[in-house]
Amino acid sequence: MSVTAPSPTRPARRPLRRDTDHKVIAGVCAGAARTLRIDPLVLRVAFVLATVLSGVGIPIYIGMSVMVPPDSGAPPIAARLRARPGSWQVGAGVGCLTLAALLTVRELGLWWSDAIVWPFVLAAAGGALVWRHVTARPATDATPPAALVTDADPEPVLDEPELRRLRLRGVYQGGFGVALVVGAALLFLQANGALTGARDLVLSLVVVTLGLGLVLLPFWLRLVRGLAAERSARIRSQERAEVAAHLHDSVLQTLALVQKRADDPRAVATLARRQERELRAWLSGTPQARPDERLADALQAAADDTEERFGTPVEVVAVGDRDLDDRGRALVAAAREALANAARHGGPDAGPIALFLETGDGRTEVFVRDRGPGFDMAAVPADRRGVRESIIGRMARHGGRAAVHSTPGQGTEVELVLDD
Amino acid sequence: MTEVPTVVLVDDHALFRAGVRAELEGRVRIVGEAGDVDAAVAKITRHAPDVVLLDVHLPGGGGVEILRRLATEAPEARCLALSVSDDPEDVIAVIRAGARGYVTKTISGPDLADAIRRVHDGDAVFSPRLAGFVLDAFAGNTSRGVPSGAADPELDQLTAREREVLRHIARGYLYKEIAQRLGISVKTVEAHVSAVLRKLQLSSRHELSRWAVERRLID
Repeated sequence: MSVTAPSPTRPARRPLRRDTDHKVIAGVCAGAARTLRIDPLVLRVAFVLATVLSGVGIPIYIGMSVMVPPDSGAPPIAARLRARPGSWQVGAGVGCLTLAALLTVRELGLWWSDAIVWPFVLAAAGGALVWRHVTARPATDATPPAALVTDADPEPVLDEPELRRLRLRGVYQGGFGVALVVGAALLFLQANGALTGARDLVLSLVVVTLGLGLVLLPFWLRLVRGLAAERSARIRSQERAEVAAHLHDSVLQTLALVQKRADDPRAVATLARRQERELRAWLSGTPQARPDERLADALQAAADDTEERFGTPVEVVAVGDRDLDDRGRALVAAAREALANAARHGGPDAGPIALFLETGDGRTEVFVRDRGPGFDMAAVPADRRGVRESIIGRMARHGGRAAVHSTPGQGTEVELVLDD
Repeated sequence: MTEVPTVVLVDDHALFRAGVRAELEGRVRIVGEAGDVDAAVAKITRHAPDVVLLDVHLPGGGGVEILRRLATEAPEARCLALSVSDDPEDVIAVIRAGARGYVTKTISGPDLADAIRRVHDGDAVFSPRLAGFVLDAFAGNTSRGVPSGAADPELDQLTAREREVLRHIARGYLYKEIAQRLGISVKTVEAHVSAVLRKLQLSSRHELSRWAVERRLID
């Protein structure tokens, strides 16, 4: 959702809410910018300037973040704090109690010196925050990417804004802790008079660092951009190499074979069809066929084999699919026999064989149809076992049935049925 | 067949156009050829052919773009899609954009001429594979995947007879064979197929809308 460009489809100006999805601190600038339809960066710079120049930025920001409700529809923080005793009260209470205890001890004289105890307390608090943050890290940082990767899940555990929020919170907690510890160290050094000599050094270091940063920043930015460009170029060339390798292994090989066997039209047609099938599957990005597990894939494999053996094209149309069990395997074997018969008797000039699979309504049906000369079932001698044994008998043994419909001159259709 | 239908042939491969022209010699009259979207629309509006043979993949937006522009510039043009691709996305996209039928380029010359005549007569042309897609997309008698409050629930389901006709097409039967087997007239078979085509174009079933949305056919 872009907040920079006013989109014509947006019905009305949105009420002032904190935009917690795009927040840096509390989403005040992002929310206000969304309402005003300007870039949040403008407001952020304005706030920083107001803070640096007069210090007025901080109270305004805090006030707004407490009073303005977030865009989740929840009441503003001020209302929530009044309504429900939260962890902030516990935190403040613990702080007050600690302070009171420390002051009492100080008054009683059980005290080393201000220069040791106050920095120690600060450092302990900061250290605790940092440690909590570090030990909690695996929980907040490792799970969200995993949740993002399993995209196919019906309910992704965390979305992008949520992840960002968690990351921000981690940065703030850690940063606050580090600031406390560093402050404590400085306070300790200051109290012991160790800082006076270092101040000049630190000042010059800061100035030099800022200057260097200003000079080097553009170079660094360019480097980062260059790296990104190089990376995408590398990905492109890898993809290209992959496509080239595939075409080499498949299409170019087939073309070479076609040239060698140009005198055998049937072989050329078979080669072309096989290559076409393979390339089509590759282009459409269909998942790897699993002829050992899925019925439709197994039938397709049987059809491919028939094409290879007899040179007759087989058009497979599958409506629905099911897992391949023993009965399904028997069905495939019977269909394979029917395809072989159709190819053998129909001949390559009778046009393609049609194989139709439909599953659903508690049954699985397969039809194999050819446009060959057809035959009279009653006239088939009883010792010809092909159709009777390997098609009709096999289906009957597995609790299904088979029928052969054929009229001389109109082709043949074999019907195979399995009831669930 | 008293008159030979006029045809404009749209395909970006000149070699393929030459092949189709040779195969259809004497069966139809090819009045124009085009290799890209703009030329195709210009030729079709100029010649007003009975049938447009339309490749799905073309430079300049593809067959879908031509169909979209014809809808305003030459709404009476009847198009038959002819493509190497039999991806469901491609098939459903051109049908929903207004094509009256879909056949793959492996079709034989006589069958193609027959399909052209059928489209010329105002009927729909379904290849076995397209029939399979439709059965798949309309699978289940429940309103699975149909947005609630759909304009016309009739559009989202096939009648038993329509399913039976589609099943026979998928099994490789010709219209006249289907008519014979089901004990109805060829005209009735054609009417069923036309009804299915209409449902395919107008249905709001989720499976179809998804394909259409992916191809930016509807917003």
